[in-house]
Amino acid sequence: MNTIYALASARGKAGVAVLRLSGPGSHAAVAGLCGPLPEPRRASLRRLVKDGVELDQALVILFPEGESFTGEAAAELHLHGSLAVVQAVMQALAGEHGLRLAEPGEFTRRALENGKLDLAQVEGLADLIEAETEAQRRQALRVLSGAIGRRAEEWREKLIRAAALIEATIDFADEDVPVDVAPEVLALGHAVLADLRREALGGRAAERIRDGFEVAIIGAPNAGKSTLLNALAGREAAITSEIAGTTRDVIEVRMDIRGLAVTLLDTAGLRETEDQVERIGIDRALSRARMADLRVFLISDEALPGIEPEDGDILIRGKADLGGGGVSGKTGQGIAELIEEIGTRLLERSASAGVITRERHRLAIERAIEAMESAMSEVEKGTARAELAAAELRIALRALEALVGRVDVENLLDEIFSSFCIGK
Amino acid sequence: MKHLDVIVIGGGHAGAEAAAAAARLGARTALVTLRADAIGVMSCNPAIGGLGKGHLVREIDALDGVMGRAADAAGIQFRLLNRRKGPAVQGPRAQADRKLYRLEMQRLLAAEENLTVVEGEVVDLRMEGQAVTGVVLQDGSEISARSVILTAGTFLNGIIHIGDQRQQGGRMGDHPSVPLAQKLAALDLPRGRLKTGTPPRLSGRSIDWASLEMQPGDDVPVLFSFLNRAPIARQISCGITHTNEATHDIVRANLGRSAMYGGHIEGVGPRYCPSIEDKVVRFADKTSHQVFLEPEGLDDDTVYPNGISTSLPAEVQESYVRSIAGLQNVVILQPGYAIEYDYFDPRSLRPTLELKSIEGLFFAGQINGTTGYEEAAAQGLVAGLNAAARALGRDPIHFSRSDSYIGVMLDDLLTRGVSEPYRMFTSRAEFRLALRADNADQRLTPKGIALGCVREDRRIAFAAKLDLMEQAHAALQARQLSSRDLAGTGITVRQDGARRSGFDLLSFGEEARETVESLFPDFAALPAEIREQVAIDALYAQYLHRQEQDARLLQREEETRLPTDFDYPAMPGLSKELALKLARLRPDTLAQAARIEGMTPAALTLLLAHVRKARRNAASA
Repeated sequence: MNTIYALASARGKAGVAVLRLSGPGSHAAVAGLCGPLPEPRRASLRRLVKDGVELDQALVILFPEGESFTGEAAAELHLHGSLAVVQAVMQALAGEHGLRLAEPGEFTRRALENGKLDLAQVEGLADLIEAETEAQRRQALRVLSGAIGRRAEEWREKLIRAAALIEATIDFADEDVPVDVAPEVLALGHAVLADLRREALGGRAAERIRDGFEVAIIGAPNAGKSTLLNALAGREAAITSEIAGTTRDVIEVRMDIRGLAVTLLDTAGLRETEDQVERIGIDRALSRARMADLRVFLISDEALPGIEPEDGDILIRGKADLGGGGVSGKTGQGIAELIEEIGTRLLERSASAGVITRERHRLAIERAIEAMESAMSEVEKGTARAELAAAELRIALRALEALVGRVDVENLLDEIFSSFCIGK
Repeated sequence: MKHLDVIVIGGGHAGAEAAAAAARLGARTALVTLRADAIGVMSCNPAIGGLGKGHLVREIDALDGVMGRAADAAGIQFRLLNRRKGPAVQGPRAQADRKLYRLEMQRLLAAEENLTVVEGEVVDLRMEGQAVTGVVLQDGSEISARSVILTAGTFLNGIIHIGDQRQQGGRMGDHPSVPLAQKLAALDLPRGRLKTGTPPRLSGRSIDWASLEMQPGDDVPVLFSFLNRAPIARQISCGITHTNEATHDIVRANLGRSAMYGGHIEGVGPRYCPSIEDKVVRFADKTSHQVFLEPEGLDDDTVYPNGISTSLPAEVQESYVRSIAGLQNVVILQPGYAIEYDYFDPRSLRPTLELKSIEGLFFAGQINGTTGYEEAAAQGLVAGLNAAARALGRDPIHFSRSDSYIGVMLDDLLTRGVSEPYRMFTSRAEFRLALRADNADQRLTPKGIALGCVREDRRIAFAAKLDLMEQAHAALQARQLSSRDLAGTGITVRQDGARRSGFDLLSFGEEARETVESLFPDFAALPAEIREQVAIDALYAQYLHRQEQDARLLQREEETRLPTDFDYPAMPGLSKELALKLARLRPDTLAQAARIEGMTPAALTLLLAHVRKARRNAASA
């Protein structure tokens, strides 16, 4: 097994730069630079010297095998965050004790290979590193802690019990076994099914937390949508003018609203038009608005062609500076309240988020739901179809096993690891 | 010295099937047994088949083995178990006349051209380095052979217990084979100890049959062999009675005198076949247990009371048996007993049942930790075919979990080993809907024909069946019906515009059968068993389609080979227990690893990750 090293913190000038080493040679490599090693898991200040030349003064921490992130013997060097220092220390390490530079994602891969993380936890870690908002952070941390594996294990236990009951009536039909296992099987199955359905619903919300919610601002031409967007964003993201139909394309602005990642969409004003380019913009506005998680309708006296507000959408008067209440991008009137309102509505939706966060999880759960629904209906049809109920239960079990990574994870591993960057 | 291709030691169910299979494949074969007239003895209950077991018998028959034909000749009551459940989980079973079975088995073996039966005791194995080259008999004579199959059953270090009395022996009245056992002990193979029990044998004349509920066989008997259509022997009924509180009180009061509860036995017994002592202790709240009274033969007074095996002293057996309705005046012909015996850990075997450590030596049957005639015979078949293949310089013959119950059993034994006597169940087969008793011939007979172990009569019968099956499918595909065409026929389908063939309509189940037959007269004209078979295929068609995915996954796992030099204990993520198991078993593939007891999805992912790492390292080196 090679020993690997890489810069764990971002490149560039900073107060501190963290260099991470993992593998059997990591402690010896550090000793080669700093002399006598500190006790494991205790930060100690050491002078790093190579060939009699001092490289830096660094904080050195050693992790013994089995008690590190990767599960291997590991070390961290907290250097002064200068490009030159990092460069010098990395050069000093290169080739010593069989050290080599880590490949992308290799630290995490080793953690997986050494059983420190399961597949879902690796995904959680990737999300945590990418997390920009509070909700994303909390969610990723939950996944990283192994929440998905725990839930999947609970379901698996129940389904295995249900399957065992059915199998007993099949394989021991001629013997003293409970005649009617249907009530217990149905109870177990429906309990799991209810959980799975809740997770599947919550899964969409969780995916939103991970990828961000989309909020579309729509209204008639010249209703003040772009001015509102700029006010919400705090910068001139969209061109505004008094000319109706200025915005043709969809303009996106990412922002953090009460801990949620939100992408605001400014869209072309909706009206009947002969102008071909404007027509394309309006079609685009309609389709994006329909797919968005929430729509803010800036209402004026004109009716909006092509779209009706859905439950939970926000309807508000624009250009409040002209009187009549509502919101005004120009004066800032009602802006804070609007942000508050958007946040409240999105938080309501994200509250249902369960433990599953990725499309892969949701698809596995949906497969399990489908199989469980068939299983329950076969059980209800009576014992003549017991073998079919059992077959469906097996399919559901398989799907749940895929959640925590069984063997059809082969391609998945590639994708997960390729989405990691050096040193994470 | 005689020179042969294959020697089979033992004439039980594994030995008989092994010898017949080796001979069919063209190997000059000798079956060595103490007494030729004891070949095919049923030492436990007088029945063949059942759930899972019936599947095995059908598979043996599909490869032209002997068990199914012997059972058909000896069957005195045929019942298809799970008749009210789906066809995939139905299992043929028959009460067999012990004597008829034995005689038919001996007749079938005598008819094998390449097979000779040798009476004698094998006392030693001839070895050359780590390869076996033949056997030594008690009279000092030697037979040389390329392959030797050992089917020693429960004879290895067998101890029989009746209460606190114990005696050496593999079966009541037989001698244990001590010299061979000592020889095998010297091979230093991992082994374990198991136990099994038998009930007292009763005199039928002393049973008050008139007071008992009687269970007849099926009106339309389902036989084992694909070549047979109707029973030969006269058919009888079995009696059903029940234990009661008084029975249980007697057992409970004498538990201390039972070999199993008195601490005389160290072996592990099967959980699915508990003794009456076990039943009374472990299921204390049950006030009654069913007992089947099974006649052992047409001209045999012996009755086998299935459900009350025991190792209590003889006088206690008499008093508890007499407390049971219908048995008040019963005479015990032979007391029940428990037997303890050694088995060899089957994880030391290759998928051909050849030992990993000794070339040319094959183990089959109860010696591998299984229980049951059918399990033994199925292993005998595998060992016989492979011993012959080895002797004739041919490729090994493999069975997979996705093609047969035989494959399921081999894989279970080789990867998980046994912790109690291993018995087949349908739930062990994850591809159960595809691996049915009704289609065993379609699954395996082509394989047997290709191997050359299927004779002419079966080959012709099978070809004729396939031809009829094709006609049936063609007839059903001849017309595609819309939902409008089906209006008023009794079959309601979704109004989805789809047109459905007769085969599609058959998938609607039993209720659609009649309508389909009236709509497709060419199909209706075919023999009933062909129609039945096609209807079953239709019933499961959509599930089989879905299971293909799993079968492919299994195939991928089977193709993912685990390096033989994997240092499992040094893989930090594995629990110590699992790492030790893996190090001991050294699974060849990920598929085998997946079925090791205690294996978790997370640990499997870990193994896969290591396989990939090993590949990466190999690629970069």
